Amino acid sequence: MQQLDQIFVTLKAWALGHVPEPLQVPASIVMSIAPIMLVFPAIFALTTVAERKLLGRIQNRLGPNRVGPFGFLQWAADGLKTITKEDVVPRNADKVVHFLAPVVLLVSALLAYSVIPFGRNMHAIDIDAGILFFFAVGAGTELAVFMAGWSSRNKYALLGAMRAIAQMISYELPLLLAALAAVMATGSLNPNDMVAAQEGGRGWGAIVPNWFVFTPWGFVGCVLFLIAAAAESNRSPFDLPEAESEIIAGYFVEYSGMKFATFFLAEYLGLFVISSMCVVLFLGGWHAPFPFFWCGWIPSWAWFLSKLACIVLLYIWMRGTLPRLRIDQLMNFAWKFMLPMALINLVVVAVWKYTRPWDYFGAELVRWLVCVSLLALPYLLLGRNLLSNRKWGPRTYRYAG
Amino acid sequence: MTLETWLVFSAALFCVGLCGALIRRNAIIVLLSIELMLNAANLNFIIFWRYGVNADAASGVMMVIFSIGIAAAEAAVGLALVIAVYRHFKTVNLDRIDSMKG
Amino acid sequence: MDAPFLIAAALTLLSAIAAISLRNVVHCALCLSLTFLGLAALYLQLGAQFVGLTQIVVNVGAVAIVIVFAILLTRSADNPGESRFNKGAIWAGLICAAVFATLVVAINTSYVSMKFGAPAPPLTVEKIGHELMGRYVLPLEAIALLLTAALIGAVIIAMKEPNGKGGGQ
Repeated sequence: MQQLDQIFVTLKAWALGHVPEPLQVPASIVMSIAPIMLVFPAIFALTTVAERKLLGRIQNRLGPNRVGPFGFLQWAADGLKTITKEDVVPRNADKVVHFLAPVVLLVSALLAYSVIPFGRNMHAIDIDAGILFFFAVGAGTELAVFMAGWSSRNKYALLGAMRAIAQMISYELPLLLAALAAVMATGSLNPNDMVAAQEGGRGWGAIVPNWFVFTPWGFVGCVLFLIAAAAESNRSPFDLPEAESEIIAGYFVEYSGMKFATFFLAEYLGLFVISSMCVVLFLGGWHAPFPFFWCGWIPSWAWFLSKLACIVLLYIWMRGTLPRLRIDQLMNFAWKFMLPMALINLVVVAVWKYTRPWDYFGAELVRWLVCVSLLALPYLLLGRNLLSNRKWGPRTYRYAG
Repeated sequence: MTLETWLVFSAALFCVGLCGALIRRNAIIVLLSIELMLNAANLNFIIFWRYGVNADAASGVMMVIFSIGIAAAEAAVGLALVIAVYRHFKTVNLDRIDSMKG
Repeated sequence: MDAPFLIAAALTLLSAIAAISLRNVVHCALCLSLTFLGLAALYLQLGAQFVGLTQIVVNVGAVAIVIVFAILLTRSADNPGESRFNKGAIWAGLICAAVFATLVVAINTSYVSMKFGAPAPPLTVEKIGHELMGRYVLPLEAIALLLTAALIGAVIIAMKEPNGKGGGQ
C-alpha cells in the first residue's frame, strides 16, 4: 500500500540517486516538472474525445467513432491535423504580440500546476503563499487574452477579448472570495496545510469525511467556486467570449494550425488546474472519502485524479445541458448574486470558527442551524431580487417571420 | 549583493519613470511613468526592510502592501480622469490640453 | 553580483525603458506589465514573497488591464502622424540624468550604507496577517475606505456627462 501510494516519490528519489552531485538541483527540477507537462496534456487529449462522445450522447447522436476503438484515438487524428495545417498570420497583425499571446496563455496555465499537491508528498514547489501564487499566475491569462484579441486586428477578436476580460475580472472576485473562505477556516495560504486540515472524518464512526464541502460555508463556497471557475475558463454556459454563433470564435479567430491548438490546450489546462484547486480547497485534496474502509490500498494520487475527473465530467454535463447566458445576465449574476453570497459566506466562516469551542448538548445542531439559516436567507432574497429584474414580454421579430 | 547595488538599481528605475513623465505627450504614458516611480519607491522600502537592523518589525513590508493598495486606487482614478478628459477634448495629447475653460 | 539578480534587474530596467519610449501605446502597457513581473522577481529575491505575489495580482492582473482598457477607450493607439515626445524632451532627459547622478553620489557617500550586514529575516504569511490585524488595523481600514471611495469616484468621473457634451466614443 505504502509503496503504491509513494511510487512516484520513490521513483524520483531513486532516479536522483543516479545523477552526479552538481546536477542534482536541475535534475530534481526537471523531474518535478516533466510529469506535469506529460500527464496533463495527455488528460487533455482524452478529455476532448470523452467530451465529444458525451455531448454526442446528450444530443442523441454517436459522436466520433471512426478512429481507433470506439473513436478513442480521435485525439491523435486531430493533433496530426492541426500540426500539418498552415499557420496563417493576418497581414495587418502585430506579429510579435500575435505570436506571444498563446505562449503567455500556456505558460501561465502550466505554472499554476506547480503549487497543487496531487498526492501525499507530491507537489512541485511548497511555498508559504501557494494559493496566492495560484491566483497571481492566473493574472497572466487576462493579459494573454487581450494580446490575442488586440494583435489580430479583427473586430470579432477584439470584441471577444473585451468580453473575456470583462467576464474574467467580474468572476475573479467571487472566485477569490470563495477560496478565501477555505483560507479563513484553515488559517494558512499553503495548499498542503489545506489538505492536511481536511483529514479524517466525523459523526458516528467517522462516516462523514472532514472535507470542507460538508460544512454549510464549504458547500456554498464550493458551488460558488465551481461556477466562477467555469466563467474564468470560458466554459459553457459562460462561453460568451468565444460564442461560435455570435462572434465566430472570439479572441482566437485569427489563429490557425498549431497556435489554435495551443489556445485549445491552454484553455483545458486552465480548466483542469482550477478544478484541481477546487479539489484542494473543498473536496479534501488527495484524502480518501472513506478513511476507515477497505479502500486503504488505493493510492492518494488516484483519489485526487478521480475527484478531478468528476469535476471535469460535471463541466461537460453542464455544457450539454445549459444554454448560453446573455452578457447582461452574466454581469448581473456576478455582481448582484455571487459577490454578495461570497461575502456573506465569509461571515458564516467566522461564525463557524467562533462557535467551534461550544460543547454543551445540542450545540452542534444549533451551530448548523445558525449557519444554514445565515446562508439560506440571503440566498432566497438575492435570488428573488435577481429574478424580479427579469423582464418578460412578447417577443417581436423584426426580420424573420 | 550589497545595499548600494540595490539602491542604485531602484534609483535608475525611478529616473526612467521620471524621464517618461517628463518627455511623453500621451497622458496615459505619463500615468504609467508615475506607476514606475511609485514601484521604485516600493522597492526601496523592501530593500531597507531586508537590510535594516530591525527586520522583525516588518514595517517596510507593511508599508509596501498599503502602497500597492493606494497605487491601485490612484491608477483607477487617474485613468478615469484621462477618459473624462478625452471625452472633453477628443485627445489625450498633453500639449493640446491647455485651455482652462471647458 | 549574482545571476538571478542580474537577469531580473536587466529585464526590469529594459522593459521600463521600452515602456516609456515605444511608439505604440499598447506595446508600452505590455512592457509595463513585464516590468511589474521583473519587480516581483526582485521582491522574491529579497525574501518578500507575499509582497511579490501581491504585486503580480494587483499590478499585472488589475492595473495593467485597466491601463489597456483606457488606451482602447481613448483611441490613443492610433495617431500615426505626431511625434510622441514633447518639445522639451532633451532638457527633460538632461534633468533625469542629473537626478540619477545626484542619487548615485548620495548613495555612495552616505554612511548609512556601511552600517548594515545582510541578515535573512523570516517573514511568514501568518506573521503578516497578525500584523495587519493587530498593529496595522487602522491603516488597513483606511485603505479599505480609500479603495471604496476610489471605486465610486472612478465610476462617477468616467460616467457620461449628463448634458450630453461628451457623448462617448
